[in-house]
Amino acid sequence: MHVLRPLFAVLAVAALILIARVFVVPDDFGIHERGYMFGWYRKANEEEWKALKVKYQGKEYCKDCHAEQEKQVLSSPHKIIECENCHGPAREHPSEPPKLTLDRSRDLCLRCHTYLPYPTSKRAEIKGIDPGQHNPGAECTGCHDPHRASKP
Amino acid sequence: MKSILKGSAAVALANGLNGIFRPLALQAATRPVRWAFLVDTYKCIGCGYCVKACKLENEIPFEADVSRTWVERYVVTKEGEVFADAPKEARYGFITSRVDLGMGKFKDIPKDRIDKAFFVPKLCNQCDKPPCVQVCPVGATYQAADGVVLVDRTWCIGCGYCIMACPYGMRFFHPQFHVAEKCNFCYHRINKGMRPACVLACPAGARRIGNIKDPDDPVAKVIMTQRVTIHKPEYGTNPQVYYIGLSEEVR
Repeated sequence: MHVLRPLFAVLAVAALILIARVFVVPDDFGIHERGYMFGWYRKANEEEWKALKVKYQGKEYCKDCHAEQEKQVLSSPHKIIECENCHGPAREHPSEPPKLTLDRSRDLCLRCHTYLPYPTSKRAEIKGIDPGQHNPGAECTGCHDPHRASKP
Repeated sequence: MKSILKGSAAVALANGLNGIFRPLALQAATRPVRWAFLVDTYKCIGCGYCVKACKLENEIPFEADVSRTWVERYVVTKEGEVFADAPKEARYGFITSRVDLGMGKFKDIPKDRIDKAFFVPKLCNQCDKPPCVQVCPVGATYQAADGVVLVDRTWCIGCGYCIMACPYGMRFFHPQFHVAEKCNFCYHRINKGMRPACVLACPAGARRIGNIKDPDDPVAKVIMTQRVTIHKPEYGTNPQVYYIGLSEEVR
């Protein structure tokens, strides 16, 4: 029945697709723990994300070599700040990068020390300045030591 | 021909039954780890170190106006007006008291007119019923067994349906790879016993992460015993980021 030929053509295309997907779709693609609705994916991707390189190492990584700075910071109100917040991620320092950045810009300090009078936030409890009034344009490290959080 | 039809019908039936009864989900129901996040908006000081850490840790171009996490500032005046901003996702912190109203306009609110003002860090809620996962046409985004929603960069076709679907606006297009991108609780860090970059960076202790399935976990204890809330429960997505001090002004 020649009138069925279009149907056979469509079925042939569908069959080709179903055969091709056996080769193209990875074996681990399917329904996983979270079920059909939330867990339909390529399982190997989980391990790919876990393999991403860690850049921020945390204070524990710095203190063995930089014990003096660590001691200074720990006895100042800046002990709550991670070294890498101001110096950038340690990555594999000292092999890579050999030196971490020293950001002396005003804006780094103003992140916390622009005084904001917000009654329901701990921000109001941080001693701060009006950046337009207090030595505008000058680097804070010219007078203040960030590791000691000292007045000049 | 008949046997092929019978075989394919059997396969289809098996798939359908698996989809309805979900035997693997029974296994998932006893999962030992479910990550939950705790944000304390009283403690957040708006320094933006979390945003900086996130961008550097997760290789999001720093100057691009997108971020996996950000901090919003809310200033509520005594007249009841609410001003909110997140200048450059707070990657440089909040260094001025002038609120950025967008389109080049700023508003300086005098101290005596402020009723309450606070900072709200936001990140992907890793919802228990994520709408973003449901709409993905190709299965590129998914929820892992421990609750974190991930995006398979090699599989994503960049249609942006998930970005539209997220009611919290947490997803965006990666400016380099042109696929969907979102916070994944620093999946590479939490699986090594480290904390996410934003949690590490926060000097005020406003961000914390824990395993809500572990009754001895300090974050789980806070969620169980203190007054916490989720953002926009009416969306029905069961988010797993819990807030202390969330206010109704928060969008």
